[in-house]
Amino acid sequence: MNMTITADENRTYGYEDLPGLMSLMTGDEKHGPAATSTLDVLWVLYDRVLRVTPERLEDPLRDRFLLSKGHGPMAYYAVLAAKGFVPVDWLPGFGSYDSPLGHHPDRVLVPGAEIGSGSLGHGLPIAVGSALGLRAQGLHDPAVWVLIGDAELDEGSNHEAIAFAGPAGLERLHTVVVDNSSASHALPGGIAARFEAAGWSAVTVDGRDHEALYAAFTAPHPGRPHVVVARVEPKNL
Amino acid sequence: MDTMRDRFAPVVSRLLEEDPRVAVVLAEIGKDGFREAMARHPDRVVNVGIREQLLVGTAAGLALTGLRPVVHTFASFLVERPFEQVKLDLGHQDTGAVLVSAAASFDWPAGGYTHMAPGDVALLDTLDGWTVHVPGHPDEAETLLRHAVAAGDDKVYVRLSVQANRQGQLIDGKHLVTVREGRRGVVLAVGPMLDSVLAATEGLDVTVLYATTVRPFDAAGLRRATEAAGTDVVLVEPYLAGTSTTVVSEALADVPHRVLGLGVGRRELRRYGTVEEHVAAHGLDPVALRERIGRFTAPTHRAG
Repeated sequence: MNMTITADENRTYGYEDLPGLMSLMTGDEKHGPAATSTLDVLWVLYDRVLRVTPERLEDPLRDRFLLSKGHGPMAYYAVLAAKGFVPVDWLPGFGSYDSPLGHHPDRVLVPGAEIGSGSLGHGLPIAVGSALGLRAQGLHDPAVWVLIGDAELDEGSNHEAIAFAGPAGLERLHTVVVDNSSASHALPGGIAARFEAAGWSAVTVDGRDHEALYAAFTAPHPGRPHVVVARVEPKNL
Repeated sequence: MDTMRDRFAPVVSRLLEEDPRVAVVLAEIGKDGFREAMARHPDRVVNVGIREQLLVGTAAGLALTGLRPVVHTFASFLVERPFEQVKLDLGHQDTGAVLVSAAASFDWPAGGYTHMAPGDVALLDTLDGWTVHVPGHPDEAETLLRHAVAAGDDKVYVRLSVQANRQGQLIDGKHLVTVREGRRGVVLAVGPMLDSVLAATEGLDVTVLYATTVRPFDAAGLRRATEAAGTDVVLVEPYLAGTSTTVVSEALADVPHRVLGLGVGRRELRRYGTVEEHVAAHGLDPVALRERIGRFTAPTHRAG
């Protein structure tokens, strides 16, 4: 680790800075596929899709991003730091007693984290409630996004949410499934098919291809919730 | 007499009209009462189907957007089945909701153990920051439901039951009510247990306190009562026996005291039948209560 972080708040960070930011947490110069499985998805979302900034954390009209797969959050913290939600100098304390940045995020401690996560299968049901709550208040513009892992789909709570959200026509609800083939028992028929059967719009793309991700994230899906299955390298090669 | 649950949908339907923050989340159970409200406020009355993890998760999401969710189903499916959602989606996420349960400990004995939740309040006691209301009469239920919804973003549990006292008491959603005063012990009746406790303690020289809000516990109220009545305390609770023994002991930690926790036994009876039969089986009818309370507060035992 030979990178110097300046205290200059006006510095902007790009995608190429993310490995260095992650290194501040992990102490490793390089990170394997497991640590970076969500990195490109998170970057494209925060860089080009989500309408949320550190100044808009209380804005009812902001887009909501809910990280449901809270395990291995270094990429998430790196992106939040790069986008100015979290001070860069918080990163080296990762996981320590006095740090707001734990190995699973806590929304009460992390600016910009819409939910705390760690126990799998909680984000999608909460996202359903968020989408319903915004709709009930006439806020039809903000989008709700939730990121889950392919193995996280083992949890039955997701299927309660998937089966409800389609028929309920939650158009402002978006799910990204980062698929690194980590489920021991892959969903029969595939991930996208599971969502499609419940009435969702579904796209499967290369989870490392920023243009493909952007196109999938911004694809129109009138009247239906939308899922993007982002395929990355298998966790266990 | 109507039941507490008969009041639930009408009261909350009125609150939906009065307060644009109020939303209702159901999992099929109880939806008939909200038919009209659902038609009037389709976005604020949501039935998620038979999906209790989603029920609580949805409530948390609604709360995160600023609404005040009221969540309803049987106690076993509201607190026990989605307990981790209650712990994390509401507690850890720092969101609030009003959980309103029905069926209580054994409101439907013929339905068997799957529909009994004597441990609901004890389970909530493992979590931080819950207010727990246990009304003993439909009028009290109405009052406490209004308190619960109006309590900002607090986490509030309201435990409705078909067991009820003949008359409601004047309650404020916080404090113990003194129903009878004596000098040889305090008997604290919770919610629907009051009538049986009054019958059981007829002629005994004991103070009878009545609680409809058990968390936070009115420790100061209990201490005041013990000044004249002494520190022998009998708890009579309509859920798991001994659930409030700890809070009573904490309230009296600096004085010698004795506590007897009466309530629903832990042992699974594997019986159907009627509410009355289950009340008797758990030793909570007036005759059994009098025997147990009398033995505990009798002078000979006090000396020992």
